Amino acid sequence: MEVPKTGEFAHIGKSVVIKGELSGSEDLYLDGQVEGSILLKGNDLTIGPNGQVKANVEAKGVTVQGKLEGNCLASDRVDLRKSAVVMGDVSAKRIAIEEGAYLKGKVDISREGTK
Amino acid sequence: MKLFRGSSQTPETNDKAAQRLTRRSSGLAEVARIWSSQDGLCILDMGATSAGNIRHFAAMGHRIYSEDLLSASTEPDLVTKDESGNPVLDSRKFLEENLVYPAAHFDVVLCWNLPDYLDESLVKPVVGRLWSVLKPGGALLAFFHTKDAGPDSPCYRYHITGNDSLDMQAVVPKREVRRGPTGAVHRSIGSGFRLQRVFNNRHVENLFRDFASIKFFLSRDNIREVLVVR
Repeated sequence: MEVPKTGEFAHIGKSVVIKGELSGSEDLYLDGQVEGSILLKGNDLTIGPNGQVKANVEAKGVTVQGKLEGNCLASDRVDLRKSAVVMGDVSAKRIAIEEGAYLKGKVDISREGTK
Repeated sequence: MKLFRGSSQTPETNDKAAQRLTRRSSGLAEVARIWSSQDGLCILDMGATSAGNIRHFAAMGHRIYSEDLLSASTEPDLVTKDESGNPVLDSRKFLEENLVYPAAHFDVVLCWNLPDYLDESLVKPVVGRLWSVLKPGGALLAFFHTKDAGPDSPCYRYHITGNDSLDMQAVVPKREVRRGPTGAVHRSIGSGFRLQRVFNNRHVENLFRDFASIKFFLSRDNIREVLVVR
């Protein structure tokens, strides 16, 4: 699995558990557990292979390798890797889904992007 | 109805998963007329997640929903016991967690080969729920094996590649799950979903008896395609 370099992303490690609202203005690599909401407008979110997120997610780009339970709103693109499990609606300009990814929900591809 | 019991292993599962077979589908051609002639349809794909299908419908401006019911049916928490103490799947719990949509929500449901592989206790309840989430006049496409299909017929992920053509790719379940209520159901689940039964035409008609119409399409690969309209 690809892991972004630490200097380029804020990292949340796999032993970290967060409950509440998570927001920021830098890219985030999340390999831990989050329950609540994640707001990264204009930045990218990567949910690592150990990541378990129960939250509505809003970001510029979202890459999922782990588990996401909640709606995913991306102003640019969503990448679901083969290990991804996503249970929620996905809205993005572009979407890429690797074979083996599991998705339960509505997919909304908007050429105009999300609001 | 012919039921399959027992198990068999397929060690070459990974090779099978990588292969794609192409088939022509008259049922798909029929239902494709609907989504080719109307805008903004609401479509439910109940097969294993297919990026190609999502792209296909998104490009046409339709709303696409993906829900892999077969994988969902392997959830260990669903196992319960009937009055006789025999293990079965809890269809009520299953429908509380899956296929939860407003009534008359979908214009088209792509069922693929789900009924042949779904646990017996879930088939009728799922078809009942599908009737309610389909719009009146909405269409459902399902594939059924004929009696000549063997118990090792692979469960496929279906990728739409044209108005009447499909790529088929063997599904490899991600997780090892419970030993099933019928004993045989889940012994081979690590290497692939197992064909549970073969419906004859009368059973298929009974299964969809609440629907307004049913049309059969025969093909050469031991599959009957069925298009039903609510």
